[in-house]
Amino acid sequence: MYYLYAFIIGGLFCIVGQILIDKTKLTPARILVGYVVTGVILSALGIYKIIAEFARAGATVPLTGFGYALANGVEKAVDEKGFLGIFTGGLTATAGGICAVIVFGVIAALIFNSRKK
Amino acid sequence: MNTEEFKSVAKTKEKKSPTLKNCVFAFIIGGTICVLGQALYDMYTGVLNLEADIAQVFSSISLIFLSALFTGIGLYDKIAKIAGAGTLVPITGFANAIVSSAIEFKKEGIILGVGVKIFSIAGPVIVYGTFASFIYGLNYYITKLVV
Repeated sequence: MYYLYAFIIGGLFCIVGQILIDKTKLTPARILVGYVVTGVILSALGIYKIIAEFARAGATVPLTGFGYALANGVEKAVDEKGFLGIFTGGLTATAGGICAVIVFGVIAALIFNSRKK
Repeated sequence: MNTEEFKSVAKTKEKKSPTLKNCVFAFIIGGTICVLGQALYDMYTGVLNLEADIAQVFSSISLIFLSALFTGIGLYDKIAKIAGAGTLVPITGFANAIVSSAIEFKKEGIILGVGVKIFSIAGPVIVYGTFASFIYGLNYYITKLVV
């Protein structure tokens, strides 16, 4: 059943993005920044946790989920390390993903060539 | 081609986008990517017995890997033409932005091309995401002290 929720909620996040693309002049970079920051804000307000509990990957896979991971990470780090956690929490929690995009990005650049003319 | 010329050419090529149809494709393809993420997560927790937060990171890394591969062979951009935000909003879109920038700017060199331009789209996401997490962390720290 949660697969259906993941599909629907994840799809709805994408519909919001599609409306932003079609109805505004926002560039992809701006939309993605908006998603991440919105994710952090909704997590701070305790709303995103509720969405993530029933939609699961439908909430964690969209880029708002990246914001959710940042917010959760900083919360956990402040609980464990106090003041230092404010600085280390966000990036520590998302380090796996960030390192993966850098490594795969560089490898892809070495292997593949641009198709854009 | 300068910026003005580019803008005018872009304007003539710009199609009137049928929003409803675009939304349907974005919904289906974006939803499918989320289901794939869920399947990966369940595989990591169920089959490999990983803990929840470790499985979460591995399913993100797996989606990023698949996105990098599909971007490299040129398939991601083809799907993105139909899916629109359906391939932009999931973490695979973030990975696609990084990988396609890296490949595109390879011609400007490994250090100043790939190394610098790799973050041309995804950089702002990391900058403002981290900034927002700092603000929230500071707020959370102070709230904990006061309450």
